[in-house]
Amino acid sequence: MTARFQYVLRLADTCLVLGQRLGEWVGHSPALEEDLGLANLSLDLIGQARLLLTYAGELEGRGRGEDDLAMSRDQSDFLNLALVEQPNGDFGRTIVRQLLVDAFQLELYEALQRSADPRIAEVAAKALKETRYHFRYSAGWVVRLGDGTEESHRRVQGALDELWRFTREFFAEDEIDREMAAAGIGPSLAQLQPRWQARIDDVLKEATLKRPADVPYSWYGKRGDHSEHLGYLLAEMQFLHRAYPGASW
Amino acid sequence: MVSSDQVWRVLENVPDPEIPVLSVVDLGIVRHVKWGDDGRLHVGLTPTYSGCPATEVIQGSVARALAMAGYQDAVIDTVLTPPWTSDWLSEQGKEKLRAFGIAPPAESVDSPRRLFGSPKIACPRCASTATERVSEFGSTPCKAHYRCTACLEPFDYFKCI
Repeated sequence: MTARFQYVLRLADTCLVLGQRLGEWVGHSPALEEDLGLANLSLDLIGQARLLLTYAGELEGRGRGEDDLAMSRDQSDFLNLALVEQPNGDFGRTIVRQLLVDAFQLELYEALQRSADPRIAEVAAKALKETRYHFRYSAGWVVRLGDGTEESHRRVQGALDELWRFTREFFAEDEIDREMAAAGIGPSLAQLQPRWQARIDDVLKEATLKRPADVPYSWYGKRGDHSEHLGYLLAEMQFLHRAYPGASW
Repeated sequence: MVSSDQVWRVLENVPDPEIPVLSVVDLGIVRHVKWGDDGRLHVGLTPTYSGCPATEVIQGSVARALAMAGYQDAVIDTVLTPPWTSDWLSEQGKEKLRAFGIAPPAESVDSPRRLFGSPKIACPRCASTATERVSEFGSTPCKAHYRCTACLEPFDYFKCI
């Protein structure tokens, strides 16, 4: 497997798994508007994943298309960030997870639209426009819930405290990230961190929430090291395709 | 060789599946009409949003319309660069939207006013600007959900992106 193939899979899988998680809210959201909002975010993310998976399949050159990569790989072959596979919990927890990822993807896509790889650059330029809407949505809700009632504040602060540790993985560079940065294909992740932090701090301040302390602990979903939750998500997402290989409609 | 004008006229009659008053040309998603080195007609389409479920339906209906007009071997190219913007909606398209009950994008994406909060959106039914946003996300990825506080009607707003 080449580094570039794995790098594109990381970008794609993060979108796909988060899109699938958000899709779980359809029909269950606290209000119709949020049902539509989360479904729209999910659609954008799955659309981004499709473009990236198609490209990953071409890079791999073994004839695998977007469906094969999405539906026929096992858990350890998925290279998404561990945060996005974490269960939805309540609406507040889903929104906190979304804020953390949206702010990261804003910085990431901003940098990737200048990637030396034109395919990655064009997907990033498109995704960036969509991600701005996602960030406005998640940031707006985190402020309302954080600066809302005693109960909403307690719940989103609790979600933030619990999910914060997963954000370390966003900026932890390994040899693939370094190789891509050296080739001008991806950004230096460590350099994205201060801008992400500033963006998050602005929202937390307005939301009257406290930024949790950093802890020396991290999952490496992007290396295929996942929490137990991903397997259940894939079982549901992949069931139809695995039970009826090649089914289409 | 036939002129590309004829192809554009065919495309002007292909409706968007979600907003059928708009053609794919009104929507600004047809990026090129040209004959390739392979001697075949190439029509470039760009998606409005990456995940818009209408994208594949549109590709299918464009291919069908072209085939009916005699271009059986036309190739549909997917074009991502530059990414689609609501600025590409034609003026005629904006009027069609308003008549259909959807408020068209209120300003250009590059407008400096965008730095200072949301623009005033006029109700497509009564033209009042006493409107409020219910949700940034509506019935399709390209629309937001608004309400008019003058005539009390809810309506869709085609958002700027």
